[in-house]
Amino acid sequence: MDTDLSSQDRKDLDKFIKFFALKTVQVIVQARLGEKICTRSSSSPTGSDWFNLAIKDIPEVTHEAKKALAGQLPAVGRSMCVEISLKTSEGDSMELEIWCLEMNEKCDKEIKVSYTVYNRLSLLLKSLLAITRVTPAYRLSRKQGHEYVILYRIYFGEVQLSGLGEGFQTVRVGTVGTPLGTITLSCAYRINLAFMSTRTTGEDNGATYPSVEDSQEVCTTSFSTSPPSQLSSSRLSYQPAALGVGSADMGYPVIFAGGLNAAHPHQLIVPGKEGGIPPVLSQPAHGTQADHERMAMCTPLDGALYSAATPSSSEDTETVSNSSEGKSGSPHDLLETIFVRKVGAFVNKPINQVTMASLDIPFAMFAPKNVELEDNDPMVNPPDSPDVESPLQGSLHSEGSSGSSTGNTHDDFVMVDFKPAFSKDDILPMDLGTFYREFQNPPQLSSLSIDIGAQSMAEDLDSLPEKLAVHEKNVREFDAFVETLQ
Amino acid sequence: MNCRSEVLEVSVEGRQIEEAMLAVLHTVLLHRSTGKFHYKKEGTYSIGTVGTQDVDCDFIDFTYARVSSEELDRALRKAVGEFKDALRNSGSDGIGQISLEFYQKKKSRWPFSDECIPWEVWTIKVNVVNLVSEQERQICREKVGEKLCEKLINIVEVMNRHEYLPKMPTQSEVDNVFDTSLKDVQPYLYKISYQITDSLGSSVTTTMRRLIKDTLAL
Repeated sequence: MDTDLSSQDRKDLDKFIKFFALKTVQVIVQARLGEKICTRSSSSPTGSDWFNLAIKDIPEVTHEAKKALAGQLPAVGRSMCVEISLKTSEGDSMELEIWCLEMNEKCDKEIKVSYTVYNRLSLLLKSLLAITRVTPAYRLSRKQGHEYVILYRIYFGEVQLSGLGEGFQTVRVGTVGTPLGTITLSCAYRINLAFMSTRTTGEDNGATYPSVEDSQEVCTTSFSTSPPSQLSSSRLSYQPAALGVGSADMGYPVIFAGGLNAAHPHQLIVPGKEGGIPPVLSQPAHGTQADHERMAMCTPLDGALYSAATPSSSEDTETVSNSSEGKSGSPHDLLETIFVRKVGAFVNKPINQVTMASLDIPFAMFAPKNVELEDNDPMVNPPDSPDVESPLQGSLHSEGSSGSSTGNTHDDFVMVDFKPAFSKDDILPMDLGTFYREFQNPPQLSSLSIDIGAQSMAEDLDSLPEKLAVHEKNVREFDAFVETLQ
Repeated sequence: MNCRSEVLEVSVEGRQIEEAMLAVLHTVLLHRSTGKFHYKKEGTYSIGTVGTQDVDCDFIDFTYARVSSEELDRALRKAVGEFKDALRNSGSDGIGQISLEFYQKKKSRWPFSDECIPWEVWTIKVNVVNLVSEQERQICREKVGEKLCEKLINIVEVMNRHEYLPKMPTQSEVDNVFDTSLKDVQPYLYKISYQITDSLGSSVTTTMRRLIKDTLAL
């Protein structure tokens, strides 16, 4: 009842609640930026640090919070909520957490507003600082970058928890009693990160698709920071989704559920971080959102993980090619990136060197292409090339075939012709750029290459008896040498 | 007034001891520290600002927020370092506990020295495990991280019960309630002690006291 509260106290309380709400939003959003937060303690009070805590105010966030509040304060039935969601580079999104600042009717009339309530709100903010680092979304947010970003959305009114999937957990940060009601701060967070491709139909997360089961079978990693754990945690893929063990249990398989955010989430991106998204995310990008940003997909951790994902991805590439009329570039990109992973770079390089090196001229592979060499040229008659190479070769050629590599259609580098400054074509059409590319990596061992290897192997075997005879003659020298070593 | 006692238990690998202890102790002290008090003539006071910073653990998949005070961090690291050394030197059993006690000083008349009356004690029981393979260590990293998350939630829950806290002191009494020796923050008076259990199971009390004010010398 307001009559029990003096007008000054009432004003103070309203101000405290308002700034508490704004600071709460700042703490939550800043904790999901993906960076470590650091603010300085100051012994002399500046007067502008609410609740005696150094919490920076990001203007955009304050603006959004004020817009959501629209001059109101959290009250019974009117809660302030901060929704944290994840959005992948392909346009899939999923709600991760809902932070709720609620007010209930339980009043504490005796409490002193200007002192006790203020200090308890300060304590609650400290608790929030601690808890925001503890929920599963924190580790996800620290690794956001190219593969996914973390978004926030502030809304005021009824709390909507349906987007969190089944079996979400709740953690209560704390409560503060006031004469107007009890303020409660809590977080509901998703624990079921199963990926459901709802993008085509735009249905709720509750719908399941066949691809869900496939992807659950091939679930590979959890978001642990250190790479070795990603191999050992494949065992986590068979844990039940609803983990009732602990309130902060992070042992869940991380395969994404595609949810669509109805509103427009806001995004604070901190660029330049590598994410830990498993390759299973190379699912068809039927984004209903017009998201044409095709960010590079991550590389698989090892061959085993990638091959596990192959069954679903092959199915996916079919659907991609069938349905992505609107995105002409994307299936090609998909194939291209898959190809890059399947065949290691420079795989054909030794073959190049072998056939041309037999000519015994330096940089022979870049020599003018002679007709008689064509038969030996593995580029013309590629040995055992997988079928999927051909479309890729097409794309590679279009980019890299100009310039110095005259007959060398199977360029190792997918890049535009490298023309270094001050270089000019000499008698041999070998310029600095080609030289650089050629010798950027150490050459393959000749014994590992096919033809020359075979030839020299035969020669080696023939010469072996002679060599042995010579060595046997020099046995004494060898023995003396060995003795000097001892 | 009874002293509130909270006990937490963790099982960690040897190299995780320090970080796990620091995470818990810093979280408790974050809640039990205020800005520096500046008393004014009228008997009121203003309070300084407490900053926070995130700390990533190297051996545990965990990050925690602590008070931005190098002095406080140094004091805790020193205490935890001594605890860790004692634990490692005690033998292969590796069970011990470290306690963070918040107390108030009650001035007594001469010739009696001041009393230290604890009002809250946090005890962390540590069980050190030895792991052999790298895979086990990796799993331990994650598991201990998860456990620490649970512990922090427990700590926050206790803190928000809003149970007894010493009354805000007048200027003359402030040193009986708060540690005013730090230049940037002001935690409640605290001391850290530890106990190591040897392999025989008996408690070999190797107690280290970190005294904020030299109460015994008064």
